[in-house]
Amino acid sequence: MTDDPYKNLKISKGAVVKPRTSLVNKTGSWRSERPVVDHEKCVACGNCEKFCPDMAIKETEEGKFEVDLDYCKGCGICAEECPVKAIIMKEEEK
Amino acid sequence: MNKDKFKHGEELFCPGHRACPGCGAALTSKLVTEATGPKTILSMPTGCMEVTTTPYPESAWGISWIHNIFENSAAVAGGIETAYKSFSKRGKEGYMDYEDVNFVVLAGDGATFDIGIRSLSGMMERGHDVLYICYDNEAYMNTGIQRSSSTPIGAATTTSPAGKESFGENIHKKDMPSIAAAHGLRYVATASVAYPEDFKKKINKALETEGPKYIQVFAPCPRGWKHESKNTIDIARLAVETGLYPIFELEDGQLTNVRKIKDRKPVEEYLKAQGRFKHLFKKDGGGEVVENIQKIADMNAERIGIDK
Amino acid sequence: MAKMMTGYDAVAEAVKACDPDVIPAYPITPQTDIVERISEMVADGELTSEYVRVDSEFNAASTALGASAAGARTFTATCSQGLKLMSEPLFSASGMRLPLVLAIANRSLSAPLSIWGDHTDTFAERDGGMIQFYAEDVQEAMDNIAMAYRVAEDEEISLPALSCLDGFILTHVQEKVEPFSRKEIREFLPERSPVHTLDPSDPKTMGAYARPEHWTETRYEVHQAQLKAKDKIAEAVEEFANIFDREYGLGYNGLLETYRAEDADVLLVALGSVCGTMKYIVDEYRQRGEKIGIVRPRVYRPFPTEELCEVLEDAEAIAVVEKDISLGYQGGLAIDIKSALYSNGSRIPILNFIVGLAGRDVKKDNIKNIVEQTKELRGKLPEDIEFGKEERWEPLRTELLEDDKK
Repeated sequence: MTDDPYKNLKISKGAVVKPRTSLVNKTGSWRSERPVVDHEKCVACGNCEKFCPDMAIKETEEGKFEVDLDYCKGCGICAEECPVKAIIMKEEEK
Repeated sequence: MNKDKFKHGEELFCPGHRACPGCGAALTSKLVTEATGPKTILSMPTGCMEVTTTPYPESAWGISWIHNIFENSAAVAGGIETAYKSFSKRGKEGYMDYEDVNFVVLAGDGATFDIGIRSLSGMMERGHDVLYICYDNEAYMNTGIQRSSSTPIGAATTTSPAGKESFGENIHKKDMPSIAAAHGLRYVATASVAYPEDFKKKINKALETEGPKYIQVFAPCPRGWKHESKNTIDIARLAVETGLYPIFELEDGQLTNVRKIKDRKPVEEYLKAQGRFKHLFKKDGGGEVVENIQKIADMNAERIGIDK
Repeated sequence: MAKMMTGYDAVAEAVKACDPDVIPAYPITPQTDIVERISEMVADGELTSEYVRVDSEFNAASTALGASAAGARTFTATCSQGLKLMSEPLFSASGMRLPLVLAIANRSLSAPLSIWGDHTDTFAERDGGMIQFYAEDVQEAMDNIAMAYRVAEDEEISLPALSCLDGFILTHVQEKVEPFSRKEIREFLPERSPVHTLDPSDPKTMGAYARPEHWTETRYEVHQAQLKAKDKIAEAVEEFANIFDREYGLGYNGLLETYRAEDADVLLVALGSVCGTMKYIVDEYRQRGEKIGIVRPRVYRPFPTEELCEVLEDAEAIAVVEKDISLGYQGGLAIDIKSALYSNGSRIPILNFIVGLAGRDVKKDNIKNIVEQTKELRGKLPEDIEFGKEERWEPLRTELLEDDKK
């Protein structure tokens, strides 16, 4: 995990940036719907992970596909591309 | 939240980038880094993926990455490649071997088809060992959806709007793969975010080919094309299944590995799924434009041989 | 050992000694001979740099920029329209703190098209963060290449540098010069040690965009680097003198040179080769006991404010003689010198002479006219010059103008 690039920020020469510092930006706050995975139905095909533009759904070490709500923007591609409809989009509570 | 669970420290393209939900170009970026691996220097022009991934002091990139200006990413990559060639020849310490580094450009269609074509043409002609990948979302999205020379017939953009006297864009999409192939490139390919394995395979094949190579990948833009973010992959698939975006390779100028389509779908299915074409179904005379678009698909089918 | 060399040969020899890794090249008159000569060196194996025959000056600058970001030493050359085409990548190279060295064979800008020399091309790039050196003769044009590398590549500076020599007047004239070899230059110019590179084993993101909360400080640092470059130029000039026994304005931190200026009451300020002609005229006046002298800035950006104020402060009248005009106002050098002097409390009257545009000869008589007009202002104040008459074109062929424009 990269440190917060805004902490003690000093402009580097030529405004060069450290890699992977976008992790500080929790895009999960953009979401209006969240994907919910039904692990019973899931056949672990990996389509959801493959097509996610936000690297926000992954197979964890326990072999389950889980949604990273810190970054998931709720686009719904994972639910749409799931061949067994194991993911549903659920409205976020306001 | 335990970050390690999602391995965000290992990714070469990281979350936290500010691309819109369902962005085809963001998905492209992920797939590109997965295929190239870490020994890569990526040059990117100004555009959506540049601004959404690198607002100072943030960067979504886990690989070496450089942006300079809108119209020169091919020349910048050529300069980097030449520098490494020199370092290896001269035995300069502290630099990876020329043979071990992938020199890659990832650029939008505006930067590729229009403003950067001089840079791209020069890079290809000189034979730099650079893979140029164009994510094609068929308009200038970063500035607010203006038409580029990649915008297809009938698409409404903010500078080719539908109106009383207009059915949207009225000029044919420029045939960039042929232009690339005409430079004598050994490897040219089209791909789509709907087929990630195919795209990644093509990137690897391209990287194994010495010299310049060009891949154009179809990358829908929900905001610009006016479709729901969840439909990005559906629409990318439909573009191929209707024959409007043929998937093929051009190896030494010869058409190879065409993705065959069984029972091409009518173009209406693709057009109706997107707001940028909706005027074609509401306005008198729109049917004629749809017919013309169907003819484009039929012509593609004949020319490229996509029918199974 | 001294030998006769053209300006383009001398610049090419200097580049060979500095041994860049990457040289993107594109032809434009009168610079072309520089990159032709270098291509011959590469063809003969005297130089092992990668020589890239690019498609435009735009991509010459872009290729150099990419190579510089990778960590390479680069060289390219251009002028006039070509420099205009490079403008966009060069402005961004300074913001990205990427050192690039360019030789500029100064030439006018269209329209009308002209292949002949003046300084309108580099003056149009004034605000881009590039360091600008101006040479008076072939030897200095050669030596400035080495100094440009040393300053531009200094870790604290890391900026592009333009090493300017007057098109044709210096590029195509033969003069006796003392060339330096690669071996000799090594003591003066260390290998480039880049601040950041694109090495994939230590990935960096270069060229991020900045929002309003960070942009100003990024550009402020470029400004600070420009100002810091004055010290670095002073150091470079001093060390160059120690090693090569050639001095460039040591008394003024290497930023300007003077000729018979110490006790002068009329001072002529000019850039580049025109100072050679001026020296003859100054000598003539001096023989008659008239105290005329010359001040020649060697560096235009960073601007040698303190040094100019110091050297000009005792003059009674000043003529800024320049091959450039900021259309709609005055010559750029005059504007800057007035700003420096008058904000420093000076009350010296200054005339601005626009000369030698697009290769028009600056003849001895022109210089004499300039001196005579300026002499008349001795003992006067800036406000004694009639408004609108401080900028004069020497000469202006009024017979070519329509009657109502005279």
